[in-house]
Amino acid sequence: MATLNIVAPGPIAMADFKGKVDPDWCPGCGDFGVLAAVQKALVELQIPNHRVATVSGIGCSSNFPGFINTYGMHTLHGRSLPVASGLKLANHELTVLVTGGDGDGFGIGCGHFVHAMRRNINLTYLVLDNQIYGLTTGQTSPTSRIGMKTKSNPYGNEDAPVNPLTLALSAGATFVARGFSGDQKHLTELIKQAIQHKGFSFLDIFSPCVTYNKDNTFQWFRPRVKKLEDNAEYDATNWVAAMEKATVWGDEIPIGKFYESTDIPSLEETEPVLDAGPLINHELHIPPDVAKKFVEELM
Amino acid sequence: MSETFAIGIGGAAGQGVATPGDIFAMIFSRRGLHLNAYNAYQSIIRGGHTFLTIRTGIEPVECMGDGIDLLIPLNQDTMDRHLRLLTTGGACIYNADTIKPGAAADGVQLCALPVSKMADITRNKVAQNTLALGAALSMMGVGFQSLESVIAGQFGRKGEAVVKENVDLARTGYEYATANFKPFARPLPMTEKRYAVLSGNAAMAMGGAAAGVKFYCAYPMSPSTGVLHWMAGHGRKAGIMVRQMEDEIGVINMAIGAAHAGVRSMCATSGGGFALMTEGLGLSAMAEIPVVAINCMRAGPSTGVPTKTEQGDLWQALGAAFGDFPRVIAAPLNIGDCFTLMAEIFNVTDRFQCPGIVLCDLLLSEGRLSVDPKLLDFIPEIDRGELITTNGDFHEEEYLRYKFTESGVSPRAIPGLLGYTHTVASDEHEENGVLISDEYTNAGKRRAMMDKRMRKVAGIEAMVPPPVLEGPQDAQVTLVGWGSTDGTIREARARLAEQGITANQLQIRWLVPLHGDAILKILRAAKHTILVENNYSGQFARYLRSETSFVADGHIRKYDGEPFMPHHIAEGVREQLSGSTTLSVPTHEVMV
Repeated sequence: MATLNIVAPGPIAMADFKGKVDPDWCPGCGDFGVLAAVQKALVELQIPNHRVATVSGIGCSSNFPGFINTYGMHTLHGRSLPVASGLKLANHELTVLVTGGDGDGFGIGCGHFVHAMRRNINLTYLVLDNQIYGLTTGQTSPTSRIGMKTKSNPYGNEDAPVNPLTLALSAGATFVARGFSGDQKHLTELIKQAIQHKGFSFLDIFSPCVTYNKDNTFQWFRPRVKKLEDNAEYDATNWVAAMEKATVWGDEIPIGKFYESTDIPSLEETEPVLDAGPLINHELHIPPDVAKKFVEELM
Repeated sequence: MSETFAIGIGGAAGQGVATPGDIFAMIFSRRGLHLNAYNAYQSIIRGGHTFLTIRTGIEPVECMGDGIDLLIPLNQDTMDRHLRLLTTGGACIYNADTIKPGAAADGVQLCALPVSKMADITRNKVAQNTLALGAALSMMGVGFQSLESVIAGQFGRKGEAVVKENVDLARTGYEYATANFKPFARPLPMTEKRYAVLSGNAAMAMGGAAAGVKFYCAYPMSPSTGVLHWMAGHGRKAGIMVRQMEDEIGVINMAIGAAHAGVRSMCATSGGGFALMTEGLGLSAMAEIPVVAINCMRAGPSTGVPTKTEQGDLWQALGAAFGDFPRVIAAPLNIGDCFTLMAEIFNVTDRFQCPGIVLCDLLLSEGRLSVDPKLLDFIPEIDRGELITTNGDFHEEEYLRYKFTESGVSPRAIPGLLGYTHTVASDEHEENGVLISDEYTNAGKRRAMMDKRMRKVAGIEAMVPPPVLEGPQDAQVTLVGWGSTDGTIREARARLAEQGITANQLQIRWLVPLHGDAILKILRAAKHTILVENNYSGQFARYLRSETSFVADGHIRKYDGEPFMPHHIAEGVREQLSGSTTLSVPTHEVMV
């Protein structure tokens, strides 16, 4: 079926971001809510779809780029962040969203996760965290709780889970937030803030797996999640307070913006090579006088 | 090979082998001489043994050669290991206070410098180096003036006092030698030419810059790190983004991300890092995003011998990443070719939207060669292939990133353009980029997309030239090598010619595509074929056999970490022509 590739002039609408195929996630999957929130955020920010690149790894949630009409790239398992970093640095005028799951980001891709954050490249990283491996039919993930029974841990998980928020905070992420697929409005607002943040923004999103995770369901999360925004005293510029808040887990699970620092420049802002504009617009040949000096150095 | 003059300088790491080496290289290049330098060293920062060979001459010097004319041992160990390399007419300049000479061959001049009487060695620990340098240049018939100016350049940033101290030391050595030592039979010649002296790593980095590379990333790994160093030092001036990554998995994926955005993107590593990159190379192939990865081979497997050379990664490159896909693999023939090859391989990978692999090795990466600066062409022909870089017009037809075409090449729109939004994927996909597993996995669709990608192979073969036979057509022996052995095999042929044996040479530069038919035609007409490789199992021999069924008459292989010297090959040929063996494994006589 042929579809129009050019957006008609006029306000950017939800239809502009409708993907070529409908998501093949299980009915009721948390990922639907995240997809809708991302589309809504882009519409509200009025970013045209051809100026957005969505980069993912591998897994259920990593099928994301196929279900949204932007420039998309479905990379390797765990490698979305280096690919997205290269893409952003070569054309930093694009809005680059990175999507993936907890296994992709905190398991196989954890090394890149830590290093991408300390570089402070202006990327928005959305982890659709369901605390399970879904596409491989239900194994323990890095965020699965201790004792959780899965196909890879039939007697219960023995490994302590990763805390994505404290990890992000200690690695130097300049925007750290947590959302819940079950609260669309709040999530959309967080995604908008994350995109507008200049630097690396990390958003951990509870996106329940309705097929394989019987512990952390929508029903389990709903009474527990408490918005930081409802607490007038919470100061999201205070890193120590954010660290403390990020360790709260139990009957109350905070969601919202934990931390944002706006005074650290992004890599694109500090890299002198980009003073002349995006790399893709640079002349292919280097200036003859520069080339001449390179050769003279050798003589 | 015409007349050459070779100097060997050896000592422990940290004793200052590099500085006199650099000064000799600079003096040779300023006299309009060619040179080739190779440093044999260990993976330590202080101590051990390092031995630098610099060979110079009027004609291009294509390898380190077989012997040396002048030995400068900075410690006893070097004297003991290398004195026997000197033959009649040679000389050894050494510190008589700390080093005892061994038994030298007849006609070798032992030049003892009473260093403690010539310099204040309590102040200057490397005084012996500068004294020896001065003495050597006197014996080589080089005017002191040229040494003085090179020293001034070398030590200039350390201040006038340091320059003066070194010039005075050099003069003391120079004058002492003039008074006490016999000069070499032939003074060092001079020409009007001027050459650039560079390492293979610098050449590949500069070649990439010339080819329009705008993005370079790497993780440090010997012997590839020189590429990173050149890029890091020059990237800002050249407008190249240079990033050091957390590992080589990050490297290849970041390079692919930048390439997807639309710039030429490159990375370099050695075997271990290349192993980590292989899944990424498959992504480049599947998503059809061109990227060039350089593998500077060192002796493996595993950590192996990090500072030693080998041609042991051919099968790793041939099999890098799972599945079938078009790829390009090339091995530069010399340091000048390290530069030239980059624009060529980028043109192929851009045209055919596939990964390119450069198989370099430590010998070229860290060796140094004089190159005619005209060959360092910073405006090479650039062919970016079917790349869409401007916004589209309003059209109702869907853009098909992986459109089926006769050539297998589908026009590639870079992200950010109006009218071309699409998704590229590591999963198998349809023409429009939609994953075949998103709707239903369809055998017909899978086959059609495999066929499309693999159709590119024919185009790649047509774009890359077949190898040509060099030397007399009716030679007694045909030597086949690949990559960096080119110059050494050529010199071995000259040695053989002196001994009345005619040899020609087929040197392989493009490993994929191989042009098996053209090679077969040449080799079937040959009288006696010998494959020369710097590895244990004959990786190229096995590859050639798998592609052409051709089995060579014999093999010369070396896998001790050191490169071939010409006599190793010449002796192997003689041994094999006498019928005593079909596999020669020369011993590296010099302990380095």
